[in-house]
Amino acid sequence: MWPFALPAVLINVAIILVPAVLTLAAAFVAWDGVGVPAWAGLSNFQRMGDDPVFWSALSNNVVWTLIFLSVPIAMGIIMAAALLVAPRGRLIVQSIIFLPRILAVAVIGRIFQGMIFSPATGVLAWLNGHGLSLSDPLADPDRSLYAVAAVDIWHWWGFLAIVFLAAMRQVGIEQIEAARLDGAGFFALLRHVLLPGISPTLTLMLILTVIWSFQVFEFIYIVTRGGPAYGSEVLATLAYRHAFLESDVGQAAAVACVMSLFGLCATAVYLRLQVRGGQ
Amino acid sequence: MTEGRWARAFALGLIGLALFVSLLPIALSVLNALKTTTEISLSPFALPATAQWRNFATAWRNAALGSSLLHSAEVVGLVIVMVCATAAPCAYALARGKGRGWRLLTFYFMATITVPVQLYLYPLYFGFAKLGMVNSIPAVALIYTAMGSPFAIFLLRTYVLSIPYELEEAAQVDGARPWQTFFHVVLPMMRPGLLTVAIIVGLNTWNEFVIAVTFLQNDSTVTAVVKFYNLTGQYSTDWGEMLAAAVIIVLPVVVLFVLLQRQFIEGMTAGAVKG
Repeated sequence: MWPFALPAVLINVAIILVPAVLTLAAAFVAWDGVGVPAWAGLSNFQRMGDDPVFWSALSNNVVWTLIFLSVPIAMGIIMAAALLVAPRGRLIVQSIIFLPRILAVAVIGRIFQGMIFSPATGVLAWLNGHGLSLSDPLADPDRSLYAVAAVDIWHWWGFLAIVFLAAMRQVGIEQIEAARLDGAGFFALLRHVLLPGISPTLTLMLILTVIWSFQVFEFIYIVTRGGPAYGSEVLATLAYRHAFLESDVGQAAAVACVMSLFGLCATAVYLRLQVRGGQ
Repeated sequence: MTEGRWARAFALGLIGLALFVSLLPIALSVLNALKTTTEISLSPFALPATAQWRNFATAWRNAALGSSLLHSAEVVGLVIVMVCATAAPCAYALARGKGRGWRLLTFYFMATITVPVQLYLYPLYFGFAKLGMVNSIPAVALIYTAMGSPFAIFLLRTYVLSIPYELEEAAQVDGARPWQTFFHVVLPMMRPGLLTVAIIVGLNTWNEFVIAVTFLQNDSTVTAVVKFYNLTGQYSTDWGEMLAAAVIIVLPVVVLFVLLQRQFIEGMTAGAVKG
């Protein structure tokens, strides 16, 4: 049977495993990506620890994780319950809230810059013309991270709603009807019947959220490039900056290793769940 | 009963709000793609005096979208073929293989699904640069194949597991070699799974940004999404033309989604729902 697996394994090892091991090694050398790497010991990690941008990037990753563990998950659960209670036209509603998920991030990013947040052409401009006075959140170091998170939530939450709806539909209809007959309202039904019913799915989504939140790159790089004034910088955009703008691959590798370490803990939990569920 | 009615009214209100939020940015993009720059800056919500279809023509010409769309299509085609060709036999082997080695390989592929691109991107880039493989569409297709195949392998493996083993046994008794069994018994049963894999891998490849922006930098290889990204910026002024380009890039994906929603949603939520 091994020859059947060989091509996929070879490609995967050459593209992912070997470079990943090289990244671990590169974290301990000084290397510009072109010349000969020189042993640097722990100096890449030392410089990282001394860099205030590293610490603010790390804390931005933590904030991002907390946002995504709460806001889109709550939106997804509530929407799934709403679609369960009011199922008319469910297929069309599902397709529409899923639609943002299939659009290219680069396109979504530009659309939000121009049509939502822009103080010249966006919804923000329109609101300002109608009595409000809002400034562009993408130009504000204190708010840019939240503004980018809003864009990612718009892209992401419909997917969660559909996953949770599928899980809720596995909860017995008798249970739901029984709760209804007991006079349970929307939130009582959600709390006592639906949430316990979807807890395995919810756990998996929470773990994946932690894994992905420490990897977040695209939305931030496209919308703010980590700015302004590093306000929305995260570990992934910082590593990318080190590697390709500063030609400091050793430093980039060190940041990438730290970043992977956070995801690794969540990945360990994820693998245990998957192996138990998949076999 | 009144309780139930309230719950339903509340749910309908939420659904209405969700539809509005999901559609607003998309509707604004389509609407403003048909307006002049002056009209857009007056109000994003106003209708155009006359629909500016020429925004699409200028976007197509100025952005040289034709050639970049062609590059995207080339990468997508290559990746779909490579993922299907390598993941299908591998899924068969993983489903049927017994013992420690196979368990380890399953574990390895699961781990690569969650590994961050950043953990292998930098040595990969500078390695490819040394080998002269930057700005090469087949080289990038190879990267996407590695990234997409673990997902494909696990999806296709469930199809193999659903094939009654007696079917394979019967083929073996008739003297079929393993690869004959694979082609004549297993592969036909995988066909719906291969369609889902092609859709999801194709979609991800069409939309992909990090690898494309890093590895395909010149005009003879750049993909549509990266071309769009390079031509536009946070402080762009020509939003009508830009949004027209956005619509052109997104349209093939949306059309396919409308036609094959079930496969899109099933493929993207595969493995997410735990019972």
